[in-house]
Amino acid sequence: MSETIRRRNADTKMVPVPSRSIIPERDLGKMPVLECQHLGIDFGGLTAVEDFNLVVGKTEIAGLIGPNGAGKTTVFNLLTKVYEPTRGSVMINGIDMHGMDTVAASRHGIARTFQNIRLFSNMSVEDNVRIGLHNQVRYGMPSGILRLPAYWKKEREQHEKAMELLSIFGMQDMGDMQAGSLPYGAQRRLEIVRALATNPSLLLLDEPAAGMNPHETQELMDNIIKIRDQFQIAVMLIEHDMNLVMGICEGICVLNYGKIIAKGTAEEIQRNPIVVEAYLGKQKDVGEKEGTEA
Amino acid sequence: MIFLSNLVNGISLGSIYAVIALGYTMVYGIAKMLNFAHGDVIMVGAYVAFCAMQYWGLPPAAALLIAMAVCTVLGITIESLAYRPLRQAASLAVLITAIGMSYLLQNLALLIWGANPKSFPSSMIVLPTLSLFGGGLTISGVTLVAILANLLIMLVLTTFINRTKMGKAMRCVSEDRGAAELMGINVNRTISATFAIGSALAAIAGVLLCSAYPVLMPTTGSMPGIKAFTAAVFGGIGSIPGAMIGGILLGVIEILGKAYISTELGDAIVFAVLIIVLLFRPTGLLGRQVREKV
Repeated sequence: MSETIRRRNADTKMVPVPSRSIIPERDLGKMPVLECQHLGIDFGGLTAVEDFNLVVGKTEIAGLIGPNGAGKTTVFNLLTKVYEPTRGSVMINGIDMHGMDTVAASRHGIARTFQNIRLFSNMSVEDNVRIGLHNQVRYGMPSGILRLPAYWKKEREQHEKAMELLSIFGMQDMGDMQAGSLPYGAQRRLEIVRALATNPSLLLLDEPAAGMNPHETQELMDNIIKIRDQFQIAVMLIEHDMNLVMGICEGICVLNYGKIIAKGTAEEIQRNPIVVEAYLGKQKDVGEKEGTEA
Repeated sequence: MIFLSNLVNGISLGSIYAVIALGYTMVYGIAKMLNFAHGDVIMVGAYVAFCAMQYWGLPPAAALLIAMAVCTVLGITIESLAYRPLRQAASLAVLITAIGMSYLLQNLALLIWGANPKSFPSSMIVLPTLSLFGGGLTISGVTLVAILANLLIMLVLTTFINRTKMGKAMRCVSEDRGAAELMGINVNRTISATFAIGSALAAIAGVLLCSAYPVLMPTTGSMPGIKAFTAAVFGGIGSIPGAMIGGILLGVIEILGKAYISTELGDAIVFAVLIIVLLFRPTGLLGRQVREKV
């Protein structure tokens, strides 16, 4: 299974686009899903993200990596409009996101998962997914209150859609379970399904493999590719598991102290001495610290 | 037989507390704030119903509907003018604002309707007095209506919260506001709807309260408001069945305490029971232990 992933990755040709980013060749003629220009945010006197330039192709799987505290999740929060950027601009499918709120970001096709799982844990698995479907389903107030046939038809369609989405991860039998009672791995998968239900064009995954064993991670990698192929969407992920990042990410962007220090394909990133120093150097620090504590 | 009669009276008073407590518990559960002006919305509802019947000669049903409509608008207005600008502020600031809003409403009522107590028309409730056990136990129409209204409201509200789109959105906002926004749920609109429902219930509670205790003053709402808040905490604030159980228990304890222990100490007994319950169950009878999110 991992062989097919590697081959797919090796087949991907990355081509430069005007802002010195690169996208897969197949996305070249299409509008990029995401375009960040000189994006930056300050918290008081602290610059958390600075001069973040990135273009993500329409069906690209992009990776955002970097040492802890590099500003990766802050970038996700900027893209989902949890924070308003101090500088720069973000374009989603060619639309400037300036002045949008989180709800508008969701409507324009950005969906995300969280580093620490944030499901609606008191609700059923199916309801979690259907919440995401809600903003696409329209039925009038009267048919909702009076339960007219139009309402039941929409309800049935929603149920089927939710089940179809859950079946991506083989979770269609868990619909009635309480989301909070699911095992950890299933909760992570449900979060991805819930994000997919909002019909995104860009899916942001914040450490999707955290806490998963190598087998589950492998499955997740296959599923991310499956999702990309089936829905024809772009996926951008933050991840510390280098096997996952190097295995499926076509374009990788390395962040350190809020700045992009490198962009490129998996091979380029692995060979880049700056990345090795910033990234592995940091890991060595951690190792030493643990060593002294022990 | 006297005990039975006291019990029925307790349940009736408790039902009114329960309807008021629902307003507190919904707003707390969804907007995470204590709306101390809720008791005064009850008073406004009662005054509006009073005016509709006394001055405009409208039938009771129309008066109730007008009171509900006015309170709904009032609730939405209070929320958008006073609470919405403080959405990101510390909860203490919101609490103080709510207390200020409570005094504002009381003093506005004083300006409009004057300080003289008004006698609420008894024609509001059309049900006749029920006589059981050969006159041994009489149940007034108000008592019956209060209990029935409480049950009906509980049923409708539970269905609304669990089955409708808006109800589900409310549960999402209650669990995780940030994640709800990312699912495309408009948090402001959801909170507005919560205030609208809570205030409409306040109007019903106001009419029930003044039908049972027909003295109407600008401060009529404050004591029942505080007791209903106590009932909501008693049952587990944020829980809808908790509000009902808390309200009814509180009413029964109050009436039985007054009947068998001491008339003067009736309120003291109520609050003493609250303190004891909270000592052993800090989250109330049906309250869930809230896990702090990292």
